[in-house]
Amino acid sequence: MSKSGVSLTKSIELPSLERKFMEGRALKSLALTSLTWFAAFLASIPLFSVIYMLLVEGGARLDLEALTELPPAGFELGGGFGNAIVGTLVMVAISTSISVPLGILAAIYLAILEPRSKLAETARFLAKVLTGFPSILAGVFAYATIVIWTGTYSAWAGGVALAVLMLPTVTLAAEEAMKQVPQRMKDAAYGMGCTRTQVIWKVVLPTGLPGILTGVILAVAGAAGESAPLLFTALFSNYYMSELAEPTASLSILIYNFSGMPFENQLELAWAASLVLVLIVLVFNIIARLIGKPKY
Amino acid sequence: MIDPFAGLGSEKSVSGAPSTIEYMGDRIFRTLAYMCAGAIVLLVAFILWELGGKAMPAIKEYGLGFIGGTTWDTNNSEFGVLPEIWGTLYSSLLALVIGGGLGIAIAIFLTQNFIHARIASVFRTIIEMLAAIPSVVFGLWGIYVLIPMIRPGAEWLHEHFGWFPMFGSELSGPGLAPAALVLAIMILPTVAAISADAFRRIPYKVKEAAYGMGTTRWEAILKVMLPTASSGILAALVLGFGRALGETMALAMLIGNSNQISVSIFAPANTLASLLASSFPEAGEVEIEALMYAALVLLLITFIVNVAGLAVQQYTMRKFEGQK
Repeated sequence: MSKSGVSLTKSIELPSLERKFMEGRALKSLALTSLTWFAAFLASIPLFSVIYMLLVEGGARLDLEALTELPPAGFELGGGFGNAIVGTLVMVAISTSISVPLGILAAIYLAILEPRSKLAETARFLAKVLTGFPSILAGVFAYATIVIWTGTYSAWAGGVALAVLMLPTVTLAAEEAMKQVPQRMKDAAYGMGCTRTQVIWKVVLPTGLPGILTGVILAVAGAAGESAPLLFTALFSNYYMSELAEPTASLSILIYNFSGMPFENQLELAWAASLVLVLIVLVFNIIARLIGKPKY
Repeated sequence: MIDPFAGLGSEKSVSGAPSTIEYMGDRIFRTLAYMCAGAIVLLVAFILWELGGKAMPAIKEYGLGFIGGTTWDTNNSEFGVLPEIWGTLYSSLLALVIGGGLGIAIAIFLTQNFIHARIASVFRTIIEMLAAIPSVVFGLWGIYVLIPMIRPGAEWLHEHFGWFPMFGSELSGPGLAPAALVLAIMILPTVAAISADAFRRIPYKVKEAAYGMGTTRWEAILKVMLPTASSGILAALVLGFGRALGETMALAMLIGNSNQISVSIFAPANTLASLLASSFPEAGEVEIEALMYAALVLLLITFIVNVAGLAVQQYTMRKFEGQK
């Protein structure tokens, strides 16, 4: 028995377990690894290039005058984009005050009240579809409803177009945050005789707040950078806004308008405005990241 | 020993059945939440109804010929969007090839232990920040950085490989190539994030089993990880494609807005979204109707692509549920 067993193992030639560096498959692995490193390097170039250009071209022109003055016309020198900053902030404020209450309430229904109902399934699916909704179509929608209805381009129309884009982001993020709230915490509150509303207000919302805020702030950052929905809803204006029902300037549209102009001055302002816009968006992103960091 | 129940009895307990007012408040609040969830459904229905209604005159007037037509002539009220549909699909497809490939490579780079987890999270932030840069800023960057940068390469390609239809014309400033490159940069974060998620869903033991068989890192990735994550990666690509189709500002600034169908990637072209962006502000009543029709076409295309992507994503999630 034992003799035959020994001869059996001897007759099999075991392949070497050692992996040699020059072996074909090791070389292939090395080649693909270097390719991946190269891809990662390639993918990070655009961000640094954009930031470099913004700092060099935009930073050179960014001063108090640029932040407060009105846009220059044609061959004029100087000027700034103060009215565009105000316009962007106002329209983002409008869209936030529409989409955030609506989105959070809808998320409460989706996450806590009836997560498996027909309406919840439909609303969740449509919210996901809406996240891929082309932003220009939000502009077309706001044009078809508000601009045609009121007869004028306005900050309202721009705000509504942005709200359509913010709504799904806020809803889905808030739903996700509220779903993370541990069931035992809710059960404890129910056990004390709380109504569902009380559980939501006193347990779910406070506990899920960091996640909800992250979603809201990211949505705000996205809305601040949008330009397509504002093109023919808020249009543009060369003056500070005096009311909400008139054409309103925004940073992104100013960049778009100035980018095609053959004047050096306007081009410099376009870069400076881009720097301001990117700073606003990035600051919001960083705040969202800090709040959303899991604490436990 | 401290009595854990000490002092509990001395306070009035907060537990108890809800009062009538609390019942009423609960009812009202839940109805409100119900209405808000319904509002999302109604909003989508309203968008479809509104766009469809405003496009109706143009649909009746031009019918399906609108989709096959190649002229956009405001003076003679002759409208067709075939060049725009072609430009939309072509530019998005080019972007998908570049941005999708890079995105998947980034996802592998982030999830397959190439770098320390801490550095990986820094790198992920870089990619996410790319997604945060506004489209219009990318447009500006494209005009003044990207186009001058790729021009020598484009000229060389046209000179030496001009017989190849894709390099059949010269790059005279804006065109498909810079537009597609910027699009690729813009969809890269989407593709990378969703496919990294797909890789992360794979149970760790699957990878360990592959390594246990003596595979190299790349044999494990190519023969085990990629096939396992394939449906998630497909979802990432389809959703990235959907993003590219609807992207507007950067394209309106970079693609040249020229109403023509050309295979050459250096020729100017147009997309549905940038047609809307460039024509809408100055359009008259008849053109607005035609533009509404074009918006509806864009809506349908993106809707189909996005629903397909979401369906694949849902399927992936279900596949891995209960496997961990």
